Amino acid sequence: MTSKTEQALIQKAFQERMDEDELMNCMRCGFCLPSCPTYIESGRQEAQSPRGRIALMKAVVDGLIEPDEEVERALNLCLGCRACEPVCPSGVRYGHLLEEARDIIAQHKKMPLPVRLIRKLVFAGLFPHQERMRKATALLGWYQRSGLRTFVRKIGLLRLLPASFRQMERVLPDVPTAKEMKERPHRLGPDGTVKKRVAFFAGCLMDTMFMATNDATLRLLQLAGCEVIIPPSQGCCGALHGHGGEKAMAKELAKRNIAAFEQLDVDYIVTNAGGCGAFLLEYGHLLKNDPQWCERAAAFAAKIKDISEVLVELGFDQRPLRVAPQTVTYQDSCHLRNVMKTVSAPRRLLRAIEGIEFREMKDADRCCGSAGIYNLVEPEMSMQILDYKMEMAKQTNATTIVTANPGCLLQMKLGIERVGWTGKVRAVHIVDLLLEAVEGAQAAKEEERIRKTS
Amino acid sequence: MRVETRRQARPLFRSARRQTISERVRRLIPNEAKKRLIEVVGAENYDDTKAGRLVYSYDATPQFQSLPDAVIAPRNTQEVAEIAKICNEYRIPIVPRGSGTNLCAGTCPVEGGVVLLFKHMNRILEIDEENLTATVQPGVVTLDLMKAVEEKGLFYPPDPSSMKISTIGGNINENSGGLRGLKYGVTRDYVLGLEVVLANGDVIRTGGKLAKDVAGYDLTRLFVGSEGTLGIITEATLKLIPMPETKQTMLALYQDLEAAARSVSKIIANKIIPATLEFLDQPTLEVVEDYARIGLPTDVKAVLLIEQDGPKEVVERDMKKMADICRSEQAVSVQLARSEEEAEALRTARRSALSALARLKPTTILEDATVPRSEIAKMVKAINEIAAKYQVKICTFGHAGDGNLHPTCPTDARDRDEMERVEKAFEEIFSKAIELGGTITGEHGVGAMKAPYLEWKLGPAGIAAMKAIKQALDPNNIMNPGKVFAKSTRKRVVVTR
Ligand SMILES: Cc1cc2nc3c(=O)[nH]c(=O)nc-3n(C[C@H](O)[C@H](O)[C@H](O)COP(=O)(O)OP(=O)(O)OC[C@H]3O[C@@H](n4cnc5c(N)ncnc54)[C@H](O)[C@@H]3O)c2cc1C
Ligand code: SF4
Ligand code: SF4
Repeated sequence: MTSKTEQALIQKAFQERMDEDELMNCMRCGFCLPSCPTYIESGRQEAQSPRGRIALMKAVVDGLIEPDEEVERALNLCLGCRACEPVCPSGVRYGHLLEEARDIIAQHKKMPLPVRLIRKLVFAGLFPHQERMRKATALLGWYQRSGLRTFVRKIGLLRLLPASFRQMERVLPDVPTAKEMKERPHRLGPDGTVKKRVAFFAGCLMDTMFMATNDATLRLLQLAGCEVIIPPSQGCCGALHGHGGEKAMAKELAKRNIAAFEQLDVDYIVTNAGGCGAFLLEYGHLLKNDPQWCERAAAFAAKIKDISEVLVELGFDQRPLRVAPQTVTYQDSCHLRNVMKTVSAPRRLLRAIEGIEFREMKDADRCCGSAGIYNLVEPEMSMQILDYKMEMAKQTNATTIVTANPGCLLQMKLGIERVGWTGKVRAVHIVDLLLEAVEGAQAAKEEERIRKTS
Repeated sequence: MRVETRRQARPLFRSARRQTISERVRRLIPNEAKKRLIEVVGAENYDDTKAGRLVYSYDATPQFQSLPDAVIAPRNTQEVAEIAKICNEYRIPIVPRGSGTNLCAGTCPVEGGVVLLFKHMNRILEIDEENLTATVQPGVVTLDLMKAVEEKGLFYPPDPSSMKISTIGGNINENSGGLRGLKYGVTRDYVLGLEVVLANGDVIRTGGKLAKDVAGYDLTRLFVGSEGTLGIITEATLKLIPMPETKQTMLALYQDLEAAARSVSKIIANKIIPATLEFLDQPTLEVVEDYARIGLPTDVKAVLLIEQDGPKEVVERDMKKMADICRSEQAVSVQLARSEEEAEALRTARRSALSALARLKPTTILEDATVPRSEIAKMVKAINEIAAKYQVKICTFGHAGDGNLHPTCPTDARDRDEMERVEKAFEEIFSKAIELGGTITGEHGVGAMKAPYLEWKLGPAGIAAMKAIKQALDPNNIMNPGKVFAKSTRKRVVVTR
């Protein structure tokens, strides 16, 4: 419950902080409605559409309504997938409006103690500290390897958790050990001549739970001819904070990253997670009111590029790539597509792999329902969206579902588990598949050589 | 402080009342009526929460907003009829609503009441390949219907630019046109039969699958374009035609606006009826290109988007003739689209014109003046002169082949001085259109927005005849009240020229 006084404070903050021009820029044409997953899944409820949510935010600013439970509900149910932005002819930056509104509500609402504690633990205590992220991951690794997992699953302890958590526990990847999460080298040379000098943004989750994918990314960059710098002082991108109503913390994280990268003389700052990349790309917006940082942020953002774009630019799709014959489909990462505008590069790379039959799935650009921590806080809507996604994946007959973001990857694995395809269908990050294809091609070549010499 | 100034902001058209919540405190739905309505549709389909009502307080028309008292989503005709009966008994206004994309404040509940949604009534009931008809519920999205019939080699031509979200119910009630209007006509030309729930709850059927039918008054035509003021459409039978065999698309570029407009009249005078003949001026081209990024020319003053469909030889012949006409009218270049993808990109870009213009300024006011095709050059000229006279920026695009232009003004509702000039400029545009033998609205409808101007076009006797029809079908004035008929008419400005 939000009390009346809280509502009044929220309303005042809306009037002070919401970008009124941006709100008025929405001319209510409704062109964004068919692209909004929550509008569709809610059975076409205007309150669950971008146009409706903008109208609600504007009405709070205008004083037509109070920011009551329903308003909050409508904003909470938004995935933040930003599918409404590229289709908006008027160019409304919905994502910025949502971020500001959520921040205002989170900062003014007195949340129940347990929620506050968890938020503090996660947002302030865990994610900003890479060392703690490693420890937490190591703990998870210990759980997975020590036999505790087997025991917990056996006695059915997990049944105490909601279904989506239970399934999530099953699909978490087998994580690296503390020792494996050793300090990385800070520089890697290319294979052959230097074509580009790039910096790698490692990410917090990607560099712990998904470390293997980061290793694969670095390897691909080397193969493509990049000298790679991995500045050690970088950290979490702050997307989770920014989207979760902790903008102030997000700004601090942004500054840390800008400082970590800005001295490097590189062509690009490479990311391999759409969610992170999109947030990094918007550091300029995040820090726009900070005269000391806004220009530095914009310069940093201008260098952000997804791994698939870098690879295509360096002609990676021309090199021999090969995997065992299989049907593959690709699930767009919303932020990679809608914010970073990376649409064709991953598809082009996949199509270049010998052995793959690439089949586009219907509505591949529609959110999978993962959306940061959305699948944990709004499990019902998230699972409804996921089930639709799995139905579409099924129609392609794909045995491999490729994504480009850790959240989406986990959600795909969850989907596979939910519909009982475990063992038959796999979900992989595109860089892992690409490395597999590089190795596949090498093995084939080796075989060929042996066959010829013998 | 900020809220204060906004409240005081005067509506664009003074006599069209923009009601805020504070103005209307009277509760229109007594508890007993609410209880009965919930019994009909179920609690999950009745919403009177504040947020739930707010999101149905507007449509795509700038400057109009007013809260309904409740929002109801019936599941079938029977439920609609029950709702009408209850509302009629308690005198509760009913505002039927498709996707709320109309541009005349047609679904803004200016007098409160219930907003009726058709989100459950959105099925294509039948595509009859023998009689070439489709029977649909009102909530079907226009583009979904088009795609469904195209799968069977059939064609449903009325294609308002909003088609990917507009509904058939809305199209019928606004008698919407589109890019293909010139050759194929507007929604009216494709409505064969209707099922309508009247204000008293009676359910009637008009027309049907018949190609010919003169049994009684043509009520089908009466309900088309009635803007939800005469009854609630619950089912429609639509005419389909065979899919044209081929299609070609081209762009003609001009450095002179009027030369482009002259080409339009000349093409038609040469007895060619192209499928599409659309006009966009430079400022419109710029914003559209900014959004679509398909390489539209932004260094010319105007373009015409021209399409022809039909048998290959005819298409080729017509396209050549039209290209020649354009060149003879000083087109600087005439380019044929190289592929269907390119053609589709051009059409999509044209469709996004209005929303793209909205990126220029916070408020976008658009008009719908329509003149006989032969007068289009005069109208374009007049619009430019009027814009200069009142010092407002007016961008123009539209269905030039239909004589239907959309002069659009990017402005800011908070700038009262400018709003006043915009208002005057548009009044003069209306006046000019009527003077040229045209009308105040070609396809967007009257709604609450143009109600004060209707008499300019119809005269007092015309208004009286229409009011008599309204009175007969809806004596308690519960169907979308405050639309079409104004409480007072605007004084006509005298155009001195
Ligand atoms: C960007 C943009 C482009 C547009 N382009 C065009 C265009 O090219 N051509 C054109 O003609 N229009 C155009 N329009 C206007 C608008 O899209 C059309 O009028 C459309 O038909 C409205 O459909 P809707 O479903 O949104 O109806 P709504 O706006 O919801 O309703 C329109 C009217 O129909 C009534 N109504 C709806 N359903 C029913 C029902 N079942 N029974 C009784 N009454 C009902 C409503 O009360 C209202 O009066 C455009 C609008 C926008 C925003
Ligand atoms: S497409 Fe853009 S302008 Fe149109 S309703 Fe959606 S956000 Fe508003
Ligand atoms: S961000 Fe996604 S869920 Fe939210 S309004 Fe936009 S399209 Fe809908």
